[in-house]
Amino acid sequence: MRGLFGWWRDPWRRPWGLLLVTVLYLAWSLLPVLVAALFSFNAGRSRTTWQGFSMRWYYGDPLRSVWHDASLHTALTHTLWLGVVATAVTIPLGVAMALGLDRWRGPLPAGANLAVLVSFVLPEILIAVSLLFVVTVLTTPLKLGTSGQVIGLVTYQLSYPVVIVRARLLTIGRDYEEAAVDLGASPFGAVRRVLLRMLVPAIFASAVLVFADVIDDFVIVRYLSGDSSTEPVSVKVYDTARAAPTPALNALTTLLLLASLLAVVIGFLAYRWFTRGEKEGRGLDVFTGEA
Amino acid sequence: MAEAAGPRGTRWLWPLLALPGMVWIGLLFIAPLYVVLAILFGGVDPILRQPVPVWNPVDWDTTQFRYVWDHVVGPQPFFRAALVRTVVYVGLASLLCLLVAYPVAYFTARFAGRWKGPLLFALIAPFWISYMMRMLAWVNLLQADGLLNRTLSAGGLFDVHTHWLNGRPSTVVLGLVYGYVPYMILPLFAGLDRIPAATLEAARDLGASRWETFRRVTWPLSRPAVVVSLLVTSLPMLGDYFTNDLLSGSPNTSMIGNLINNSVLTPGQTGQAGAFVMLILLVSVIPMLIYVRSTRAGTDVQS
Repeated sequence: MRGLFGWWRDPWRRPWGLLLVTVLYLAWSLLPVLVAALFSFNAGRSRTTWQGFSMRWYYGDPLRSVWHDASLHTALTHTLWLGVVATAVTIPLGVAMALGLDRWRGPLPAGANLAVLVSFVLPEILIAVSLLFVVTVLTTPLKLGTSGQVIGLVTYQLSYPVVIVRARLLTIGRDYEEAAVDLGASPFGAVRRVLLRMLVPAIFASAVLVFADVIDDFVIVRYLSGDSSTEPVSVKVYDTARAAPTPALNALTTLLLLASLLAVVIGFLAYRWFTRGEKEGRGLDVFTGEA
Repeated sequence: MAEAAGPRGTRWLWPLLALPGMVWIGLLFIAPLYVVLAILFGGVDPILRQPVPVWNPVDWDTTQFRYVWDHVVGPQPFFRAALVRTVVYVGLASLLCLLVAYPVAYFTARFAGRWKGPLLFALIAPFWISYMMRMLAWVNLLQADGLLNRTLSAGGLFDVHTHWLNGRPSTVVLGLVYGYVPYMILPLFAGLDRIPAATLEAARDLGASRWETFRRVTWPLSRPAVVVSLLVTSLPMLGDYFTNDLLSGSPNTSMIGNLINNSVLTPGQTGQAGAFVMLILLVSVIPMLIYVRSTRAGTDVQS
């Protein structure tokens, strides 16, 4: 190749190769999912042959559609419920922990920080199996089912708000808080009325991340599910994907996809709205910092 | 020390805020790992086949541990194949992930221009799409009468009846790549985006070719990001069993995650599951320390 074509010798040519790889990657990564979503609208039973458009698998079919098959729509509502509850527990716990770990020095908080970072990359199956052992072998208040699932999910997700909020705390710095205390706020008041307000975007971003990750979770919710009424969508897919599923399974996952897309869009818009004054804020920051 | 940490009178505030989370992590993350050890080195009830944990390390019984150990290295190594397979599959899949993710992340960071935002959104999209849905999509495509075989047969010209889902190692490895590549692109993008464009332009101005610029400037500068992204993808892959179950389902491709999943709910084999869980933990400890050190270095540079 080298030397055969003039364009190859041009040192500033466009990186067509990289562009090609990126476009191919996007197609490879997204097209299968689009095809799966498309087949949820199939009129026939097949997940591989297109037989015309219909809403049969969403609500049309009186037995096997998501709307009418109780096992499918309980999976969906249970998944969303887990997402809401786990996020509602994780975020306050994680934000408080991030604030505390950021300011409290010593070996104890350093160890806790290490544990949080480790749980960020640890294979999920470790947390799932060890909690399963705790539930099944010991007599504790912990029970299989929704409460066990929420507790497992919170343990696994706690690192998200801690890592994100701490990163934001680094950029905020101490000045605002100290100014508030100088102006007469109590330490707790400074945290509540100044720091927390400034952390809202980070808190929101981590809430969206946790929610999206929880409704996607599989390993923890499967081991800690009690009976079939606490099996979320991911477990349903795992159990039936290799059996003979109908496009109702595709419809179920498409609905879940819409739910998380909605969460992301709301999260993005809210994030934009919360940080709308950011430019002025940063200008002020630079102004006071330089002065 | 405490005074330096903030406004006066906050000495009690920060520990108080951190405490609930720390108790949670201690009780529900650290302590359960000890329960796993107590079960691994505990006994099994002879009638109920239930695990009987032994809490005192002095009384630990190594029977279950030795059972697993003997079947990994002993004369009847029926666990060994799955362990070797785990290393090979995870290693291969991680390298393939890097091969796919690096050019994509590099293009997004350097050449995407005003398309950077939408492109990043498309790259992050798989995060919002349930992992199971992405695997289900491939199960549908790879069926014997699925779209892939139909495309390969070019509309009936050739007779293609490849059974992609019947325990093919290549399907499992590609499934892992498909599943985990998005997690690699983000840290790589973050690392590559931080390299100043002027550095690369300087190399080119001084006469280095594209390849030389990459080999001598871009690659060395991005190496920390490469290490982090390899860890972030390969560690979760170690515990994966569902990709394998959905795309192969055959014991001929089972990995350590499958060993855990198959034994954890079988009466009498709980200790085995515990042994494999501890093995994963041991194997991932060193990479994890590297990861923690590198993130700490990263924040130090930023602050």
